[in-house]
Amino acid sequence: MSAAATPDPFVPRLYRVIRSTREARDTVTLEIAPLAGQAPRFQPGQFNMLYAFGVGEIAISMSGDAEDRGRFIHTVRTVGAVSGAITSLDANGVLGLRGPFGMPWPMDEAQGRDVVIVAGGLGLAPLRPAIYHLLGHRERYRRVILLIGMRNPGEILYRRQVEQWRQNLDVEVEVTVDRADATWHGNVGVVPALVGRMPFDPASTLAMVCGPEIMMRFTASALHDAGIALEQIYVSMERNMKCAIGLCGHCQFGSQFICKDGPVMRMDRIARAFGTREI
Amino acid sequence: MAGLEKILLQHPFFRGLEAQLGSLIAGCCSNVRFESGGYLLREGASADRFFLIREGTVALEIIAAGRSPGTFLTLGPGEIVGISWLTPPYRWMFDARAASAVHALAVDAVCLRTKCESDHDLGYELMKRCSSLLVRRLHATRLQLLDLYAGPAE
Repeated sequence: MSAAATPDPFVPRLYRVIRSTREARDTVTLEIAPLAGQAPRFQPGQFNMLYAFGVGEIAISMSGDAEDRGRFIHTVRTVGAVSGAITSLDANGVLGLRGPFGMPWPMDEAQGRDVVIVAGGLGLAPLRPAIYHLLGHRERYRRVILLIGMRNPGEILYRRQVEQWRQNLDVEVEVTVDRADATWHGNVGVVPALVGRMPFDPASTLAMVCGPEIMMRFTASALHDAGIALEQIYVSMERNMKCAIGLCGHCQFGSQFICKDGPVMRMDRIARAFGTREI
Repeated sequence: MAGLEKILLQHPFFRGLEAQLGSLIAGCCSNVRFESGGYLLREGASADRFFLIREGTVALEIIAAGRSPGTFLTLGPGEIVGISWLTPPYRWMFDARAASAVHALAVDAVCLRTKCESDHDLGYELMKRCSSLLVRRLHATRLQLLDLYAGPAE
C-alpha cells in the first residue's frame, strides 16, 4: 500500500489553500485542493508529505473525510520551521504535496466488531477520517466507543464536532482532560483510565489508538488488560519521514519503516520495539 | 447470598473474592446515595468509611486558598473513592464531591480494619487489591503530570 497515487512519488504536485482554520494558538486546519486535476483518493490513517517551498517537507496525516473527494484536510501544529511555514499559509497560499502514503486504519477488519477509538491531544486528527468512516457506515460495526484525552477543556480539538458526535445515540463518546477548573463538569484524568469503564466485548473488539507515544503505550496496556489481544490493537506511529516510500531509512523502527509499513501498525508486530528506548 | 454481599462481589474491585471474605466485608457495608453536589468525603475529616461507586461520577478536589476547587480526578462506576482509611492517620487528604447523583456502597473502615486485624487472610486480600489500585493511580498520576499534549514551546 506504499505506492503513491502520483506517477512519480518524489515529484510534488501543487496545491492551493482553500481555507485555514485556527484550532488553537499553535494549531491550524488547512483545507487544500490541487491547482489542476483531482486530489487522489486516500484511506483513513494515510498521510501526505507537505512541502513548504524553500523550507522543507513534513509528513502530516489526513484529518478529513476520505469520501469527501477533491480536497485534503490536514491539521498541523507548529513545531518547527516547516510546520511553522505551513501553518502560516493563508487562503490561496500554495504548497507542494506528495501522497497519499502509508498503511491505513483497518476499517474492513473492524466490520462486525466493537470498535474502540482512543485519541490523545492532536492524535485525534489522524483518527478523524476513521471516525467519519465509522459514522458514515454505522450499520457495519457493532458498538462504537470514542475516548478522547486532552490537556484542558479549552484545548479540545474539533470541539464542536466532538459535541455533535456525542449526540449520536449509538456512539459512546467520553472526553477527559488532564487539568480542569471549576467550570468543567466532565471527566478529569488520563485517557487510558477510561478504558476499564467502557462496555465492550474484548474478544471481538478492534482498537485504534493515536497520540503521544507514551499515551499510546499506556493505552495499549489498558486495552490489553481489559482483554483485547495485541493483534486487535492498532496504533499510528510517528517518526522523521523523508522519502515516504521506504527507501531512505529515516523512519526506521526496528525492522520496519514507519512510512511504508505504517504509520498504522498492529501492536503485536511492534510490541517489542515499542518500549525500547534506543528505537 | 444477601443483597449487599451480592452487590459487593459484583463490584469490579472485589471481583473474584472468596464468598467467605465477601460475607465478612459485607457486614461493614451499607447502601448510600448522594445528590449531585453532595460531598462523600471532606479534606481533614476522619477516614472512617470509603465508597464503592455503583452509579454516577465523583470528582476528587483539592482546595487551594484564593482559588476555586481544582478537580484532579473523576471516578465512575466500578471504582473506589477513598484510600486514606487504610493507613494512619486515617484522615482524608482531599474532598470527594458527587458530580452527578451517586449510588454507592459505603464501607465502614473502622469495622473493616478491626476485622482485618483479627483475620489476616482478609487483611492480606484487601491489601493486595488496594496496593494494585494505588499503583494504577500512581502510574496515571505520573502520566497526567507529564503534560503530554503540550506544544513544544510550552
